[in-house]
Amino acid sequence: MVTLGHTETNMIGFTVKKLATSAIIVAAAAVALSGCGAAPGTGGTNTTAPAATQYPDFLACMISDAGGFDDRSFNQSGWEGMTRAEKELGIKVKKAESKDSTDYANNLASMQDQKCDITFTVGYNLSDATKAQATKFPDTKFAILDDNQISLPNVKSLIFKTSDAAFLAGYAAAGYSKTGTVATFGGIKLPTVTIFMDGFVDGVAQYNKDFSKSIKVLGWDKEKQDGSFTGDFDDQTKGQNLSNNFISQGADVIMPVAGPVGAGASAAAKAAGNVAIVWVDADGYESSPQFKDLFLTSVVKQMSVTVYDTILATAQGKYSNTTYVGTLANDGVGIAPYHDYESKLSKDVQDKITDLKKQIVDGKLKVTSPSDPQ
Amino acid sequence: MTDIAPTAPQAPNWRATFRKITNSSAVTVVLAIVVALVVGAILIAAADEDVQRTVTYLFAQPGDFFVALGQSIGGAYAALFQGAVVNFGASSSGAALLPLARTVANSVPLIFAGLALGMGFRAGLFNIGGQGQIMLGAVFCSYLGFALHLPVGLHVIVCVLGAFVGGAIWGFVPGILKATTGANEVIVTIMLNSIAGFLLGFLLTLQSFRVPGSNNPISPMVDANALYPTFFGTPVSVGFVLAIAAAVGVWWLMERSTLGFRIKAVGANKDAALTSGMNVRTTYIWVMTIGGGLCGLAATAPLLGTPSQALSVDIASTFGFDAITVALLGRSKPLGTVLAGLLFGGLRAGGYMMQAGTGVPIDIILVLQSVIVLLIAAPPLVKAIFRLPDPSRRHKVRRARGMKASVARSEVTA
Repeated sequence: MVTLGHTETNMIGFTVKKLATSAIIVAAAAVALSGCGAAPGTGGTNTTAPAATQYPDFLACMISDAGGFDDRSFNQSGWEGMTRAEKELGIKVKKAESKDSTDYANNLASMQDQKCDITFTVGYNLSDATKAQATKFPDTKFAILDDNQISLPNVKSLIFKTSDAAFLAGYAAAGYSKTGTVATFGGIKLPTVTIFMDGFVDGVAQYNKDFSKSIKVLGWDKEKQDGSFTGDFDDQTKGQNLSNNFISQGADVIMPVAGPVGAGASAAAKAAGNVAIVWVDADGYESSPQFKDLFLTSVVKQMSVTVYDTILATAQGKYSNTTYVGTLANDGVGIAPYHDYESKLSKDVQDKITDLKKQIVDGKLKVTSPSDPQ
Repeated sequence: MTDIAPTAPQAPNWRATFRKITNSSAVTVVLAIVVALVVGAILIAAADEDVQRTVTYLFAQPGDFFVALGQSIGGAYAALFQGAVVNFGASSSGAALLPLARTVANSVPLIFAGLALGMGFRAGLFNIGGQGQIMLGAVFCSYLGFALHLPVGLHVIVCVLGAFVGGAIWGFVPGILKATTGANEVIVTIMLNSIAGFLLGFLLTLQSFRVPGSNNPISPMVDANALYPTFFGTPVSVGFVLAIAAAVGVWWLMERSTLGFRIKAVGANKDAALTSGMNVRTTYIWVMTIGGGLCGLAATAPLLGTPSQALSVDIASTFGFDAITVALLGRSKPLGTVLAGLLFGGLRAGGYMMQAGTGVPIDIILVLQSVIVLLIAAPPLVKAIFRLPDPSRRHKVRRARGMKASVARSEVTA
């Protein structure tokens, strides 16, 4: 045992030494290889376009919810609006990512020290923390995405009537379905999730009424406000399993309202071969190009445009706390182009959808959901 | 005895690992922190855009690279320090010390839960269930906080007791299962974490746990009367005083009481404790129940602290898991746990500032914490890096002999 212990220590010492040496060699080699470029202005050509500088002193800040800024969904869309403003308006941006609800107040407090001209918080989860911070600092301007519970002079709410757009997508899904069965599922049962599912179900019902069909919807019962959820916004395997269930029950269009979990549904659809997907939040054709041939359409929420517009208005001194509601009328929500499905979706249905959109915009047709912004 | 037999081969390994960690010298701990900061610095520099850009023309203009390197690492660690200890840029001395107050506030849940898990370690129990115990404490504390309307003073006490009882119930379950059936507490507590998570999620679907008229799975805030009083308008509250009191209480329990002696005896050698007439089973139950209660108290920090938080599915954050590292770093002793809790609370508080101010992702903090624990768990690595002599080699031999003897003994009894 004595010698064994001894050798062990020596071996570890030796390995660490050897490891450190090789690490240094590798690092040096990497630097040597990559470090041979010319310095900008000393011979290398500077090709970057001059940055915009309209508002060089304006600082916009954003705090994500637990999904993080890389969720391919609403945090990411919001952040895209920030980076666009940085590029086009020349403002400065700062961001803080939250891992869970204990981070919200802490992140808001840290952002307060950065002296932001406007602070965006993403998601209704940050509502309480934003309200507390805005009450404490009435001179700081805030804007909260996807929540309208706060009425303070220094908090602007940015919300979306997603049910209208999901209604059109549901109509398209029913119009496309050959098996007579479509499906939807959510990540977590939250109002911002179920609002999509309500609209989708109503859209299918409208199609059944117009064409005297009986297309079934799996995964959501609007009356009971209950349906299928994977339980989180992370686990793609659960999305894939759930989708496989739907496919085996005959569904040939699926709308996953689950952020990144939707990729699991896309994988299941791809494997099945003849199943289409309705994506949400962003145009899936562009945000997930690896699955682009699967997307019938997408229910789009123009978060980035809304954020950009709010920054611009604030920088111009035109900030107000009036609630912004994204609707079909102001293009705050909508459905993405059919892309590859343009030819596969009957002209009849496409015309009908254009007509329905007009009816909703004109107020002749009302789509309602218990989760609608009040 | 037969029912515990299958887990027996594992037990000595764990115990040996614990002993190795809890016996790590202060020097090892300090060096582990230093190494962690160096590893963090490398990652911060590698992720920095200016560093990435300037390294491409390192040989043409090396100055740029080193300036960018210094700015990224210096800026991040300066922000970390300013967010955790003193903010030199603040307008008043009160504002300058605000970061320290945030550190203290952030350390409260880690100290409570760290004490709980440290106590379990000393009894030879690896309680992974801090997370679930905190959730149950949060459910009780939050419900009593928003459903009742009691006078100032009394309401806080009711909520704190509720949190303790909630956590204690969730700690009692693995305790009684371990005592009566020999069920492995690691497995049971991990499973109970999931159950607590789903239970909390279910409760938040009930209207009685929601803000009236809202569909969102968030409870109402607790009454203003139920909040911990704060000191001088800072985030430091009576919660910290309670955490320190809990540390003193645990110290007294472990060092001065009969139960504490039993806990340590069971942790050192449960067979010997049993032979000498101690009731190992009730000791297990007590340790898990008291530990669960302390974990439950960790939930009071976000719920009753300032700014207060409403009950939501992620109310427990990662306190239950962070507390494992806090307890290990604090060598399962109350004073060490308080200091480790303050260090991790500081990393948390500073991490927010680092992220907001310099854009360095807060994940770096997790890397720092993980590296610290990794190195403490593997002292030979630290010793090899710094070429320290190995004072434990002599002990190791003795321990190895002792272990061989105990293995032989257990084979005989089996």
